[in-house]
Amino acid sequence: MTVIAAHATPTRWWHSRAVYRFMRHHLALVGIAMITLLVLACVIGPYALPYDSLHIDLRARFAPPLSGHHYLGTDPLGRDLAARLLMAGRISLLVGVSAMLLSTLIGTLVGVTAGYRGGWVGAALMRTVDGFLSYPSIFLVLALAATLRPSPVMITVIIAVTSWMETARIVEAEVRSLREREFVQAARMVGLSGKHIMFREILPNAMGPIIVAASLAVARAILLEAYISFLGYGIQPPLPSWGNMLNGAQQYLASAPWLAIIPGAAITIAVTSFNFIGDGLRDALDVRNDHI
Amino acid sequence: MASGIQVASPADVALSVRELTVSLPEGMERAHAVVNISFDLKRGQILCIIGESGSGKSVTANAIMGLLPKAIRVSAGAIHLDGTNIVSLSPDKLRSLRGRVVSMIFQDPLSALNPVMTVGAQIEEVMAAHDVGTPASRRSRAIDLLIEVGLPDPQLMYHQYPFRLSGGQRQRVMIAMALALEPAILIADEPTTALDVTTQAQILKLIRDIQRRKGMSVMFITHDFGVVAEIADYVVVMEKGHCVEQGSAEQVLKSPGHLYTRRLIAAVPHLTGTNRAPLDAAERRPILKVECLVKTYRSGSALFRTQRIVPAVNGITFDLTLGRTLGVVGESGSGKSSLGRLLIKLMESDSGSILFEGRDLAQLSEAKFRPLRPKIQMIFQDPFASLNPRSTVGQILTVGPVAHGMRYSEACERARELLFHVGLDSGAFDRYPHEFSGGQRQRIGIARALMFKPKLLIADEAVSALDVSIQAQILKLLDQIQRETGVSMIFITHDLRVASQICDEIAVMHRGQIVERGPPSQIFLAPKSSYTRELVAAIPGEQPGSMLEHEGYVEYPKQGETL
Repeated sequence: MTVIAAHATPTRWWHSRAVYRFMRHHLALVGIAMITLLVLACVIGPYALPYDSLHIDLRARFAPPLSGHHYLGTDPLGRDLAARLLMAGRISLLVGVSAMLLSTLIGTLVGVTAGYRGGWVGAALMRTVDGFLSYPSIFLVLALAATLRPSPVMITVIIAVTSWMETARIVEAEVRSLREREFVQAARMVGLSGKHIMFREILPNAMGPIIVAASLAVARAILLEAYISFLGYGIQPPLPSWGNMLNGAQQYLASAPWLAIIPGAAITIAVTSFNFIGDGLRDALDVRNDHI
Repeated sequence: MASGIQVASPADVALSVRELTVSLPEGMERAHAVVNISFDLKRGQILCIIGESGSGKSVTANAIMGLLPKAIRVSAGAIHLDGTNIVSLSPDKLRSLRGRVVSMIFQDPLSALNPVMTVGAQIEEVMAAHDVGTPASRRSRAIDLLIEVGLPDPQLMYHQYPFRLSGGQRQRVMIAMALALEPAILIADEPTTALDVTTQAQILKLIRDIQRRKGMSVMFITHDFGVVAEIADYVVVMEKGHCVEQGSAEQVLKSPGHLYTRRLIAAVPHLTGTNRAPLDAAERRPILKVECLVKTYRSGSALFRTQRIVPAVNGITFDLTLGRTLGVVGESGSGKSSLGRLLIKLMESDSGSILFEGRDLAQLSEAKFRPLRPKIQMIFQDPFASLNPRSTVGQILTVGPVAHGMRYSEACERARELLFHVGLDSGAFDRYPHEFSGGQRQRIGIARALMFKPKLLIADEAVSALDVSIQAQILKLLDQIQRETGVSMIFITHDLRVASQICDEIAVMHRGQIVERGPPSQIFLAPKSSYTRELVAAIPGEQPGSMLEHEGYVEYPKQGETL
């Protein structure tokens, strides 16, 4: 028997066209850079700053930005705003990312099961998704947050529970089309179990859309956390979050505008950066954007 | 190459391509799609360009139409259309030539027609775009054209949308559009590849008739030497962007000069009327017995009375002897693929029985059938879709056996052994499917089906997506495997020529039923049913007196040769 050499050289993922397309998406690169800076600042920053976020200095109340050692000024209790902003960033980003992970997990499980099983199981699951979607999520979040004891973990769970439906829909559509592909038929032919086919054969092929949805979900989760905390049902002071910092700044808008502007800017930067990354990933993973 | 061709007098030549080179963007497999090719299309002749995938034949056609994508450009040479060099022509002037002087018909008539415009409107649009005639004259011309391409009831056809037409009818509409402005040159890019064999014969005849009636010049691109034998006056053979041979059809087909042409002609599967030498297995007992198998597709909703019922498999009965191959042959929609999927229980049958080694598979639940799955394996049609792009070849091969309780190390060993056996080197084990060519992937698919040492192998159009030379290799491999392992096979195909190569017995399917069943000698030489006769008569290049001559069994490429 003649040996037909497999002449192609193995390719590595960082040489792939998707990475190349992502690198050409300048806004996405800016987004990655901003998020990296923000995360580094929130992790390291509080140790590097001269003041603790809970240190109250009543002689230095309402210090404007760049006054003395208070780089971003102080709040009505004389606490250092920079330190509070970075501590709040830890909470807000952590809640955002964890809520995304949880909602992606729920959405993927529901989507894969509904898409692969189809029939009445699929119909029941997808009608549940429709049910969740038809209820305005902000009211659902507020109702849940008002009845349950608000803590960072609880807020994360509440956000995840109200935002998994989009992922579920995307995954369901993707899996339904993958299910008809010949390699899935081949997997059934060699006698693999349904669970194995769903999660080991189909899921890796649906990762593209899931990653895109996840990166956009982080942005939405951060925004949602800010909403709830701003309205007073979310993260409770003295634990800072970007949302409740905005809440506290409301009454001083005229006299100390930096109290609102600075956490507001942080939210904006984080959310737009994640959205840029999501756009970049979507373009990079979409083969139709290959103009070569 | 150019020096080898005597330059015909300009009056005879409708289209002249001189030293054409088309370069590809950087980072592709090769630098040029087409290198230094020259040929002349004489007036009133049919020129066939033949080559396997990647030979540059479609790029040549698109260059002549001025339809190359932006990244691919003509880097040298000239294309003379009625004396004008069109390579350097402005897009506006090119546009005025397209349709008026040259027109093109494409491989897939469904995607080439606009789904939201009626057939009549699309034909008229061609004339309107070139400011020809008045709305009334265009309309009558469109109807004349529909009559000319042989469509039934042209008045009704005029108002139809493409989705209502069959593949053959759509291709006739495409031809009508191409003829609307009476072009001097018609370029046909694999116009019959997507069609059934009987439809293909009709379309070939139509193109030939129209060409004769109008004295048109036709450039016909194909990968099938059968089609060439049927239609060509002059043949250009292309390989990897080079023109390796050209000459009159008789010369190229009867005494091919170039080694590649000879190999290609040798690899064309021929209809053989001789029966296959049976394996010398002692037992002659049936392994599979199918009785009155029925599968009906239902779509839409019974609740809203929009249900459509399509019988795919309609009461099929046959049996298969141990170690033999049964060919299931039919056109698209005949239910042959549904039959394959029913046998391996990728689909549930509505009624009937599938007795495999004495057990009725049709009654078994998925859970009860799973332990039996290793005994029946399938080779799929599409070598690109049938391998999971995210798994390595090793994972693809071992995942099944491991799920059935084989130790991983043992499975790996068997996988490496089989990869070698199907002609791949052991380095293939850690690679991903996209690193392999179509033929190599099909070998991986075969290795996967053999991992379990199955008793029954179902090959569903296993060679249809492959070039002829690769086809011949895969058929040889399947034949060899059967002789070594004694596996029984069901070989599903639309190509009678391929079926005649490998099958001990052939069942012809039509509209969900088996219309005739018998050894190749009966099916091809003395068919009993009229449908079989029609099917056999439609095979291109197999008519008595055809230029493609062959005797008996196909010559496979010699061992060690890779095409």
